[in-house]
Amino acid sequence: MDYSIKIGGEAGQGIQTIGNTLGRVFSRRGYHLFTHQDYESRIRGGHNLFQLRFSDSPVMASRDRIDILVALDKESILLHEKELSEHGIVIYDSSALKQRYEKPYFLDVPFRDLAMEHGGNKIMVNTVATGAVLGMLKIEIDILVETIKDTLKKKGEEIIKGNINAAMAGHDFTTRQCQRCSFSTAPQSKPKMLIAGNDAIGLGAVASGCKFYSAYPMTPSTGIMLYAAGKAKDYGIIVEQAEDEIAAINMAIGASFAGVRSMTGSSGGGFALMVEGLSLAAMTETPIVIALAQRPGPATGLPTRTEQGDLLFAIYTAHGEFPRVIFAPGTPEKAFYLTNKAFDIAEKYQIPVLILTDQYLADSQWTFDGFDLKGIRYTDYRIRGDAFKDISGYKRHHCTDNGVSPLGIPGDSKHLIVTDSDEHNEEGHIIEDVETRKKMVDKRLFKKLPLIRQEIEPPILYGNSHPEIVITGWGSTYGVMKEAVDDISKNKDIAMLHFSEIYPFPSTERFDYLNLLNNAKLTICIENNATGQFAYLMKGETGYEFNATINKYDGRPFTLEYLSGELDAHIRRL
Amino acid sequence: MPTLEDYKGEIPSWCPGCGNFGILKTFKEAMVDLNIKPHQFTIVSGIGQASKFPHYLKCNTFNGLHGRTLPVATGIILANHEMLVIAVAGDGDCYGEGGNHLMHAIRRNINVKLFVHDNQIYALTKGQASPTSMEGMKTKNQPFGVLSGQLNPMALAVALDCTFVARGFAGDTEHLKGLIKEAINHRGFALVDVLQPCVTLNKINTYKWYKERVYHIEPEYNPEDRVEAFKRALEWGERIPIGIIYRNHRPTFEERIPIIKDKPLVGQSFDLSIIEATLKEFY
Repeated sequence: MDYSIKIGGEAGQGIQTIGNTLGRVFSRRGYHLFTHQDYESRIRGGHNLFQLRFSDSPVMASRDRIDILVALDKESILLHEKELSEHGIVIYDSSALKQRYEKPYFLDVPFRDLAMEHGGNKIMVNTVATGAVLGMLKIEIDILVETIKDTLKKKGEEIIKGNINAAMAGHDFTTRQCQRCSFSTAPQSKPKMLIAGNDAIGLGAVASGCKFYSAYPMTPSTGIMLYAAGKAKDYGIIVEQAEDEIAAINMAIGASFAGVRSMTGSSGGGFALMVEGLSLAAMTETPIVIALAQRPGPATGLPTRTEQGDLLFAIYTAHGEFPRVIFAPGTPEKAFYLTNKAFDIAEKYQIPVLILTDQYLADSQWTFDGFDLKGIRYTDYRIRGDAFKDISGYKRHHCTDNGVSPLGIPGDSKHLIVTDSDEHNEEGHIIEDVETRKKMVDKRLFKKLPLIRQEIEPPILYGNSHPEIVITGWGSTYGVMKEAVDDISKNKDIAMLHFSEIYPFPSTERFDYLNLLNNAKLTICIENNATGQFAYLMKGETGYEFNATINKYDGRPFTLEYLSGELDAHIRRL
Repeated sequence: MPTLEDYKGEIPSWCPGCGNFGILKTFKEAMVDLNIKPHQFTIVSGIGQASKFPHYLKCNTFNGLHGRTLPVATGIILANHEMLVIAVAGDGDCYGEGGNHLMHAIRRNINVKLFVHDNQIYALTKGQASPTSMEGMKTKNQPFGVLSGQLNPMALAVALDCTFVARGFAGDTEHLKGLIKEAINHRGFALVDVLQPCVTLNKINTYKWYKERVYHIEPEYNPEDRVEAFKRALEWGERIPIGIIYRNHRPTFEERIPIIKDKPLVGQSFDLSIIEATLKEFY
């Protein structure tokens, strides 16, 4: 069992509502689920889609092949009819589209009439459509009824009742009318957790004791701020929408200086404005976590699409030389734990840490059995209260053996916390002399760097342990690469190397991935960008050069069929 | 009680005769008068001659980037609203590079006291025009004289309904001390623009020039009348008013954040166990 559903229509038609509700029903029924969204930079009109793939075994990428197409506009049919599988079916409402389709795989469902008749409001067409899809799949209505009750709790009994009736009407209609429907969907044992990349980062921040999040809205990073804002009351978090990204990062630095865990986030353009502040955090040794959700550039680029185009920008940007850490999680689960690790490392070493995602990971939802909180690190590295009072001769930038100075809380004791964006001495006052300058660079950079490097986990290896073919990637391509390995491993000795802790570049001490690459016949670096930035980084850091690269830079993510096709072409040449 | 000696900082690198010395001395005296100890407040400054200020006394200090004093100060006060947070910047820093932040800090009404050392010139970079340089002033970088209109920070602040708007003069330290104390005692965002002669680079707006023009706003003036305040704010040229130009009592940003009503953010503990309940929301 491995089905894909595509919901297509104009912005504002409720595509997300149908997609999110179906997703909730599938995950509660215990299926493995993967969803992704493709939308235009507009509020109304255009063509948007929401795709869900569910299965009884793990899924972590979208497919090109569609089993059910929910067409809320004509364009959905025009663009996606050709993607239907051999049992695939299109459902649509001929009265809304003002057109009838006669081909046998079209099922005309009067969404609007059913909504009016049973729900009492045409706004409930989405609920009818959701019920209709479940009817086609022979999935009982009960989980949908529960989901409606949960999500519409605040809207009142009448609206809940209307929606339940509308859902049932859609469900009954397709149960009776869809003769071609041959889907088989046995329920699974336990409900699964369903979470998107942005929410996972927000959750990771909350679970790390983040108390301050300041940002300026920018797609696709805004979801992180919205998640934090939604939790502001429960967790005591201040979320401030800054006047610009420069203010956003400086506010977060100020809050961190004052003693609370702080974070900011943006996409490439906004992060470009933050760069000056990144350097400030480094110089003042103020811990900060920054989420950078990439989208295609340059400039405004494709605001709502995906790309891995800012890797080298994230690594090399900002004036001056200083240590930074860059994570690029491949799944929401990894995003959750790496956000936590980001907070830990940022505070432990008093450095900036970046979490690099992209629109694809930010907006796609995955299912998991659950997140284990035992994996969460929480150590308060700041010196507070009595412990701070008892230090004699406190100096904010004291040159310790490991370069990490005691991080006190201003106002907690008579000791003063002094820091400066100018080069400074141990007390934090401005200096210009050569000895102090050199000593401080050594402290900030060379003393800390080896320790930071030890925190970085090597890439993970998936597949054959002595592979003939190695595909390598980083960040959001994890899922699609893993599924491609599963496909190809039936005939070939193939493995995937996936990097999610990218910088400082992982050493080969704990896992000699270079040896693995050197022993393979074919190594391919897969990236959602034009120039192969990771391949470039790998060469610079290790001297290793991949045999081949697969780059996709059309603003869309890799699908399984696309990646498998590209890989086949390389493998055939072996 | 702190004494002036408790505030003794690094040795200033300002030019002899600089207006900043008067401000520094007066500021220290005001802190002693107010019985505020060095660890009880934080100064955030930017870049420019004025921004070296916190190093020359004793206090918690965040000497950040040019133009970015107010966002850092905002972050600090939101994390710890029991801390007295003072921002010190020059005219270039605050009205040029950081103009956008000023506008929004006033809108928010964070409880930060901003002292702008306004010498009407860029001094650290040696004599280019600043936003408050007077039209026509010639510099090496403005060979045809300043062509842009002179920024009026007082009128700007009144227009934005800033809760405390005042102007002082570095050459009238007794008067300035009163303003500093009033600003610190004010609840809400305070902008104090301090006319500060740059003896090396500004040959127009000298001690003499200011002394001939500044006058104390009369005691019977009502700073809570916004229309009158705007008129007063527009005065510049032959007569320049110093004193409190405008004041109102809007609530501060921090008092309107319910989660910090009982305790500053920095004093709030973190309990991982509540995450279990949050995780359930994803099922």
